Amino acid sequence: MSWPASESELSKLGKAIVKEAKGVITGSSVAFGELTLTGPAGRVVEALTYLKDAQGFQQLIDLCGADYPERPLRFDVVYHLLSLTKNRRVRLKVQTDEDTAVPSVVSVFSAADWFERETFDMYGVFFDGHPDLRRILTDYGFHGHPLRKDFPMTGYVEVRYDDELKRVVYEPVKSVEWRNWDFLSPWEGVEKGFAPILPGDEKGPGEKTGDKT
Amino acid sequence: MTGDNSPAAATDFYAPETPETPVRKFNINFGPQHPAAHGVLRLVLELDGEVVERVDPHIGLLHRGTEKLMEARPYQQTIPYMDRLDYVAPMNQEHAYCLAIEKLLGVTPPYRALLIRTLYDEIGRILNHLLNVTTQAMDVGALTPPLWGFEPREQLMVFYERASGARMHANYYRVGGVRQDLPEALVRDIADWCDGFPRICDDIEGLITHNRIFKQRNVDIGVVTREEAIARSFSGVMVRGSGIPWDLRRSQPYAAYNDMDFDIPLGVNGDCYDRYLCRMQEMRESTKIMKQCCEALLKTPGPVLIEDNKITAPRRGEMKRSMESLIHHFKLFTEGYRTPPGEVYACVEAPKGEFGVYLVSDGTNKPYRAKIRAPGYPHLQAMDWMNRGHMLADVSAILGSLDIVFGEIDR
Repeated sequence: MSWPASESELSKLGKAIVKEAKGVITGSSVAFGELTLTGPAGRVVEALTYLKDAQGFQQLIDLCGADYPERPLRFDVVYHLLSLTKNRRVRLKVQTDEDTAVPSVVSVFSAADWFERETFDMYGVFFDGHPDLRRILTDYGFHGHPLRKDFPMTGYVEVRYDDELKRVVYEPVKSVEWRNWDFLSPWEGVEKGFAPILPGDEKGPGEKTGDKT
Repeated sequence: MTGDNSPAAATDFYAPETPETPVRKFNINFGPQHPAAHGVLRLVLELDGEVVERVDPHIGLLHRGTEKLMEARPYQQTIPYMDRLDYVAPMNQEHAYCLAIEKLLGVTPPYRALLIRTLYDEIGRILNHLLNVTTQAMDVGALTPPLWGFEPREQLMVFYERASGARMHANYYRVGGVRQDLPEALVRDIADWCDGFPRICDDIEGLITHNRIFKQRNVDIGVVTREEAIARSFSGVMVRGSGIPWDLRRSQPYAAYNDMDFDIPLGVNGDCYDRYLCRMQEMRESTKIMKQCCEALLKTPGPVLIEDNKITAPRRGEMKRSMESLIHHFKLFTEGYRTPPGEVYACVEAPKGEFGVYLVSDGTNKPYRAKIRAPGYPHLQAMDWMNRGHMLADVSAILGSLDIVFGEIDR
């Protein structure tokens, strides 16, 4: 099929999926030429089975997490699927929190194994029914979930080789203070409608902040 | 193992009165420092005699937290991280990342930039395949192919250097094009190189393709069926070696691939040998694409970067003379540019397979979430499944044919 797909075609596909999947996939939206579906986390296995068997999305391209600490359900789990026969891509997003496990989709896509391990490692999202939910990318004996937004960039421990002990030792981070320069301009982006909330904005539109020159 | 030597007759050394010695199963560590591990891979192998019963790859020894670092830096400053993922073919990764940001911003680079990107993507593909094919031969015992393969690799890296100033970590692609134009002499030199390269391919093929030892070690080893290749999220040569005609350059074209004339080699049996043959043939096809790019580049002059100074930095010379350019320059190198909120996934056919970047933007100058989809990750995941029942010596042959680089797997 032709590539890229038009937005109208994608939204038609999305609506058809939502209608046909009956509560397993509940929302669809098209942005930047990509179709995004949403659904309840508890029924993700049914959702992916439906997408695989009925819609022909044979391949799980990617599975990852995303962290939004201000939300009650702070984690997104994002599945990217690819159909080789229809030449289409689709994204499925479900939400969960720190305690609720998402059903593992290893039974549907065997490749999900390591992707789910990585998501667990990086975000601490649990996957129910995963055969071997160990850490994968971080160090042996690592604590914490590094891609969470509340995990500091520098981490908590640093390692060095101790010449007296003749081994690598772990110590609390004391080397450099993490400098996070925020260069965001308060004047730009407003006209495009995506200016970030800056310190002082909460004072309301009536009150002018900043210099009076 | 293939070969027509029949097993020794059972009566040769068989003495019925001696009881069979109970054989202990072995667990051995393969790596993290092992010449056939292609980087820092630790495989915990469970062996029954010489037969592999289970493989447990321990990865993450090269984990640098690229995704976390990217979340804390403006878009422009994170392009160099892409080079350090798959450091064998750096520019292909940059391409995926630039495509993702371009999708967010809605910009399209000028045609000449697309040609340059196509050209350098193919150089990256040859860089990668030369390394992989020759080291795969080294993994099964041949020492000459890497020595022969590294010479053209070095010449290609000189082309990298002449375009970007760096042999490997190029940082050459920009959002909206490439950093600077190629001089005409360089384009002509690349075209000349393309004329000579098929002969080098012939030489390497002469060493490996019909080599008895290489075939004994690779034919019918690590067979991947079409169904398994899809189910295990394989991409690139790993699916084409199994006979699935799937190439993003053809099916979801980007850059200037739509205008290029090339074939996609497919394997038949899906074993290590077919994947080797695919890679050899892909190098020849890449040479064809490079040649076409060079010809097109000589015919199409023009800008290589979009003119919008809100996204691309002004030229140094302009910056020294024009106040507005100076302001743009300052703004770009402090704040950078903002992207509209939303999420995109962009991917390219990197030499190892589908390399994708998933970006979530919250409207600021940094990605809220950046996920790198490395092709080697699902490939290495299948190590356990592919190796079960094979001999210990096949582990390195299979690993070599998977084409693993730890920069991208560990991220």
